[in-house]
Amino acid sequence: MLRIKNLHASVDGNEILKGLNLEVKAGEVHAIMGPNGSGKSTLASVIAGKPDYEVSGDVTLNGKDLLDLAPEERAGEGVFLAFQYPVEIPGVSNVNFLKTAVNDIRAYKGLPPMAAKDFLKMLKEKQALVELDKKLTSRSVNEGFSGGEKKRNEIFQMAMLNPKLAILDETDSGLDIDALRIVANGVNKLKSADNATIIITHYQRLLDYIVPDYVHVLYDGKIIKSGTKELALELEEKGYDWLTKGVESSELKVKS
Amino acid sequence: MGKYTEDELEKELETQEYKYGFVTDIETEKAPIGLSEDIIRLISSKKNEPEWLLEYRLKAYSAWLKMEEPTWAHVNYPKVDFQDIYYYAAPKPKKQLDSLDEVDSELLEMYEKLGISIDEQKKLSNVAVDIVMDSVSVKTTFQDTLAKLGIIFGSFSEAVQKHPDLVKKYMGTIVPYTDNYYAALNAAVFTDGSFCYIPKGVRCPMELSTYFRINEAQTGQFERTLVVADKGSYCSYLEGCTAPQRDENQLHAAVVELIAMDDAEIKYSTVQNWYPGDKNGKGGIYNFVTKRGLCEKNAKISWTQVETGSAITWKYPSCILKGDNSVGEFYSVAVTNNYQQADTGTKMLHLGKNTKSTIISKGVSAGHSQNSYRGLVKISKNATNARNFSQCDSLLMGNKCGAHTFPYIEVDNKSAKVEHEATTSKIGEDQIFYCNQRGIDTESAIKLIVNGYAKDVLNKLPMEFAVEAQKLLAISLEGSVG
Ligand SMILES: Nc1ncnc2c1ncn2[C@@H]1O[C@H](COP(=O)(O)OP(=O)(O)O)[C@@H](O)[C@H]1O
Ligand SMILES: [Mg+2]
Repeated sequence: MLRIKNLHASVDGNEILKGLNLEVKAGEVHAIMGPNGSGKSTLASVIAGKPDYEVSGDVTLNGKDLLDLAPEERAGEGVFLAFQYPVEIPGVSNVNFLKTAVNDIRAYKGLPPMAAKDFLKMLKEKQALVELDKKLTSRSVNEGFSGGEKKRNEIFQMAMLNPKLAILDETDSGLDIDALRIVANGVNKLKSADNATIIITHYQRLLDYIVPDYVHVLYDGKIIKSGTKELALELEEKGYDWLTKGVESSELKVKS
Repeated sequence: MGKYTEDELEKELETQEYKYGFVTDIETEKAPIGLSEDIIRLISSKKNEPEWLLEYRLKAYSAWLKMEEPTWAHVNYPKVDFQDIYYYAAPKPKKQLDSLDEVDSELLEMYEKLGISIDEQKKLSNVAVDIVMDSVSVKTTFQDTLAKLGIIFGSFSEAVQKHPDLVKKYMGTIVPYTDNYYAALNAAVFTDGSFCYIPKGVRCPMELSTYFRINEAQTGQFERTLVVADKGSYCSYLEGCTAPQRDENQLHAAVVELIAMDDAEIKYSTVQNWYPGDKNGKGGIYNFVTKRGLCEKNAKISWTQVETGSAITWKYPSCILKGDNSVGEFYSVAVTNNYQQADTGTKMLHLGKNTKSTIISKGVSAGHSQNSYRGLVKISKNATNARNFSQCDSLLMGNKCGAHTFPYIEVDNKSAKVEHEATTSKIGEDQIFYCNQRGIDTESAIKLIVNGYAKDVLNKLPMEFAVEAQKLLAISLEGSVG
């Protein structure tokens, strides 16, 4: 489904992603872990098409070249990013925002706008799925939401847009244990054989609820280790040092 | 203007054609260029005005001669040569076009975006309309309903002829010709405008829209409007329209006076979309407007404006809260793009006890534009328990534009409560990316964000205006990001 080959990304001449490879198949859940600043959010942004970066390499979704597409077209192709820092849009109600998003994505696919009745029905269904307070749907997008509410709203939007590839960027941070369970439950219910999920986190905690098929460690712009869910437990126990020291020393060796 | 435009003009054109023996030359329909007492006398006589009105015009003119052009506003433009303007042109019939193919394609594109129907498009661009909506009968029904209620609604010139006593009694009482440079100029040379009178206790059942005014002539340049709401009456007045307005006259100086007597309420909504000039700041209307309303006891005046047009806007709709318990409101969205400059705001003068005012101003600046809010809240000595709440927000798009706030507050009564809040924010690229990521393209994203930002003001507009105004905001900002 998603294939990333030799992906480089830089900002103002600073290289952040340095030749990253990743393959995610339909039906899979991948976790990406790594210390702060290693490039996890950058990877998510680059896949989604944030314009700040100079990018080279290949990123395809079901064979389609994503790097050629505008961010809204990527969304149309089924890419969804749950933001690490969801953005506030004052005065625009969640409902209006989602209606626009749902219908614009439908238009991209050549479908007519959704009937208001069907939209409302879906709204109620998905609201229940992530146990989102009804009041939040009519309030302005993320405005004045608590950290946890924002994260839950991201998952609500994901449920409404039903993406092919969902990337959750630290959706677990700032959530208490109940909220974590609800969010995880939502993600699990939305999982199917023809969509895939990438979970970015630096705690193993979320992975107790959403069990990943693969775990990757991202460090200094590259994936330096991949494994199964046991790798996450190992990271929890030992931290990243045992992996990163190796990387640094090998780099030193190359340089000297 | 009424009868004059229809009949006399026809006669006048006939005689002119006779005189010169061939088609009308544009120049022959105009009074000589420049401003003088003679020109004012000519305007007054062409309009068959009573003597007192001519005297009023002449007094205004001599006051204007002694005044200085104001320079305090935060706007920059070449000095206007007042002797290089035509102050009177017989309202010539617009050139009739045979089909929409002959209409400026840019204009049509705009109509399309605004969702204006083909019939309406034809009407707006003066294309001969065959069977389509019979606007005359619509207007007639409209006028019939108003007449039954005793409401007078028509052109200013018509009112001068038919209701000279009312015009004489109220005109210039709220905005005297001595008020400011442009108000004096307007009083001397105004051509036409609207007049509206709502009798005691009458609630006007429909929006009074300039669109429905019978015998509307080209009145753009020096427009004069007077709305009088007698005791306990109510009306909602709509001025302007969202369709782009082109005009060959660069200088506009309008005056609007509102009078809300005891327990009366006037809601005055404006959408201003005069030609703003091109992308490089060439051309565009200079719009210097004086708007003011007087509230007697328990009366209320609400100004709501959506300002997207003009190269220069200079406009401060104000309320004199003279009566106890009277209420003044000002809700404004002003959008500037490219090289537009707007200096707009309000004055709330609290004279009576328990008077209340609310100011909500939302500026949006894009391109190289400059957008200023300028407001005065004055609580006078006798205005016990006066209240004001002001909120002035600025939204910036890009970093070549400017937003400025000049709030003046004068309080002479200790019991007053005055609150002022101001924010400046940028349309974040992160907001746009967030929308993009949800499948919404940048143009729609800006529309969503700006309409969200302006919601508190748009909500105050009558429904049919609000929908169009939303589209207009989006169109005005097209091409301003990325
Ligand atoms: N738009 C940007 N401009 C400048 N530096 C950036 C930008 N985005 C990311 N970076 C830098 O790239 C590095 C990786 O950041 P990020 O992808 O957010 O890491 P993570 O999500 O793994 O904590 C950091 O050093 C960060 O400061
Ligand atoms: Mg991050």
